Amino acid sequence: MQRTSFRLAAVLAAGALALSACGSDEGGDDGGDGGDNGGDASAEAGGGGDAGGDGITIGIKYDQPGLGQQDGDTYSGMGVDIAKAVAEGLGYSEDQITFEEAISSQRETLLETNQVDLVVATYSITDERSERVQFAGPYFVAGQDLLVTTDSDIAGPEDMQGKLLCSVTGSTSAQNVKDDYPDVQLQEYGSYSECVSQLATGTVDALTTDDTILAGYAAQEQYAGQLKVVGNTFSEENYGIGLNKEDDRCEEVNEILQGMWDDGTMEQIIEDNLGAADYTPNADLNPPAEIGGHCQA
Amino acid sequence: MLELIQEFELLAAFWMTIRLTLWSALFSLIIGTFVAIMRLSPVKVLQSIGTSYVNLLRNTPLTLIIVGTSLVLWGQLGLEPASRDSSTFIVDLNFRLAVLGLSVYHAAFVCEAIRSGVNTIPLGQAEAARSIGLTFGQSLRHVILPQGFRGAITPLGNTLIALTKNTTVASAIGVMDPAYQLDNIAEFRPDVLFLGFAVIALGFVVLTLPVGLIISALSSRLAVKR
Amino acid sequence: MSAQQVLFDAPGPRARARHRILAVIGVLLLLAALAWVLERFNATGQLEAAKWTPFVEWSTWRNYLIPGVIDVLRAALVAIVISMVLALGLAMARMSDMAPVRWAASVFVEFFRAVPVLIMMIFTFFFLAYNAGTPDSWNPFLAVVTGLVLYNSSVLCEVIRNGVYSLPAGQREAGLSIGLSPSQVRRSIQVPQALTAMLPVIVSQIVVITKDTALGYIILYPELITQARRLASQEFNVVPAYLVAAVLFILINYGLSKVAERVEARQRRKAHTAGAIGSADAIRAEARGGRAPDDAAGDGDDVEVR
Repeated sequence: MQRTSFRLAAVLAAGALALSACGSDEGGDDGGDGGDNGGDASAEAGGGGDAGGDGITIGIKYDQPGLGQQDGDTYSGMGVDIAKAVAEGLGYSEDQITFEEAISSQRETLLETNQVDLVVATYSITDERSERVQFAGPYFVAGQDLLVTTDSDIAGPEDMQGKLLCSVTGSTSAQNVKDDYPDVQLQEYGSYSECVSQLATGTVDALTTDDTILAGYAAQEQYAGQLKVVGNTFSEENYGIGLNKEDDRCEEVNEILQGMWDDGTMEQIIEDNLGAADYTPNADLNPPAEIGGHCQA
Repeated sequence: MLELIQEFELLAAFWMTIRLTLWSALFSLIIGTFVAIMRLSPVKVLQSIGTSYVNLLRNTPLTLIIVGTSLVLWGQLGLEPASRDSSTFIVDLNFRLAVLGLSVYHAAFVCEAIRSGVNTIPLGQAEAARSIGLTFGQSLRHVILPQGFRGAITPLGNTLIALTKNTTVASAIGVMDPAYQLDNIAEFRPDVLFLGFAVIALGFVVLTLPVGLIISALSSRLAVKR
Repeated sequence: MSAQQVLFDAPGPRARARHRILAVIGVLLLLAALAWVLERFNATGQLEAAKWTPFVEWSTWRNYLIPGVIDVLRAALVAIVISMVLALGLAMARMSDMAPVRWAASVFVEFFRAVPVLIMMIFTFFFLAYNAGTPDSWNPFLAVVTGLVLYNSSVLCEVIRNGVYSLPAGQREAGLSIGLSPSQVRRSIQVPQALTAMLPVIVSQIVVITKDTALGYIILYPELITQARRLASQEFNVVPAYLVAAVLFILINYGLSKVAERVEARQRRKAHTAGAIGSADAIRAEARGGRAPDDAAGDGDDVEVR
């Protein structure tokens, strides 16, 4: 009995070593299918990119229809198209680009540790973030808005009295609503996809976050004609492209972004990705008055 | 620390844990007893319904059940156990959905705990009950279940402790419990993440430790002396 | 109470009729509930073909469901193995002759048994995210495994300790009398026996761990439910996606618990033939009576009617 027991213990121990080793390896390979969440919620990101090599590694969203979405090994969305255009401007061909998932709470870490070169992921420029990373842009000004069903008569947060609003736990959008409209009833989930599905069945009355993200959902084939963005933004989100503080290509990226607005590429990208939602960006704010001013290197 | 407790309403969060625990304990006890009676009953069909219930619920992750109450029961099937007119509709609704999910899940464990309690009863008890002419229902009520419950104190208590900790899963549908607040602390005050964790973890130690002590005291006091 | 039949008499004609009525009522209630669910599904369009066709496409399985299952099993496997090793160490420490070691191990075990796994996962996840050091794509996996390991190693430590305490005193005494030190006795006589005897409990703990990987959903570990959500946001079929995830989880866990039962049955047979001391039965009974694997009951202590 004793001998078998020892064998058992030995096998368990050996297995532990082998497994923990292979477990961590696989964790690395696995970067791609990292995770899923909506917008500003808690998050994770793809890693293991070799920033600074022959290619360029760009952090994007993997789970936001119309903005950055992964389907198998293809990527689509406004963020992806902008990332490709910027990479091209920096002299990389399309097959030199590696995409990694950049989920909200880990974007700064990804850049600081050089796991990615750029982050193009509905990344708002804020003072707090500027302490850790630098931004090119803003390339686009979005704002918090509401997504509702097409037959809804909600025109803004004021109409939400007694209605149900959906957002993501721990997101800035959720916090804004709690602070500014304490009477609104807020349902919180772990991701926007849950909110959208509840909205489509009419279980909740509206979903709130950046209008671009909302337009991305509304633009999906499956929801054609069912959902609309209200178009009455109540905050300003300056989307920038995040770079490591040491990266000296920041100004260069600014020029590329300016060029994209000047020659109509940006409008085309927005139209391609969000047009189906009947979404038009806030014309007073777009193109942004000044592209630049947030570089630090 | 006090500031942190205030800013993230941690006392309210733990009060939520307690309320979730008590209500779910009540309902899972009722459902679990019912299922246990089905499994002990002479009717084959009821037995297999009971067994399937336990096997299905016990093998489904609680996360899936809780998320399902909100997305499927409420969102798709339109079950809405709260009043839309109330100014606390969402809060009430999520609370009740969470209690529902926690109850049906833990009922499977309550059922098994009761069955294990019934197992501690010597055969002679049931035989004696039959021989004095008690029917199945009577022997269950007067002989089997009273002793079964007393024998099941320890597993029932363990289920209660597990339930207390499992209430944190309710944060997945937006119930403002300690896990939900830890999420918020991590997002908005990452500088005090460690302190937040320590306070919340200690809170659970404080909640579960007495339960464990009471159970061991109860189980030795209530155990059927043989 | 081994034979269930002793609870009731062999039914006579009237009892049989009554049983039949009860059976019919039971089945009717069940069918009514099913009908209601299907009716609601139908009314809300859940039965539309478009919501279900993704599941006959290979890409759905390749991109979502199979990776989900693999990630569930991977986290569970790594967690159970590390937990086992850590539990052995903890059990040794808790039975150590050195008081400070004993205290430290006790505090560790009591603390991590009391803290919800989800809380530990959320904390580890954000701790890793903010303090870098680890590649970001590993963080959800590491957080899931850390949470599971801290809790389950504490539970398994108690399982092992209970196993050791329920061994006959003669085992220890015999070891001491041939000149082994107390710690040698533990290492080479008591713990190995306790481990073998506890094998069924350990296997059923694997079910608990597998099921708890689903908590990873909340910190976005790409396990099965997370993958179901991603699939749902692609195909807009929330209900079917979650239902399929549930079925897969049930199959995995049910299969694992069957393995646990088989291991236990084999153990019991062996115990009978060899007349081994400290059989699983005795130890488990002991474990339940005393300070048992804490919420094993809450997560799959498969109590059986014998």
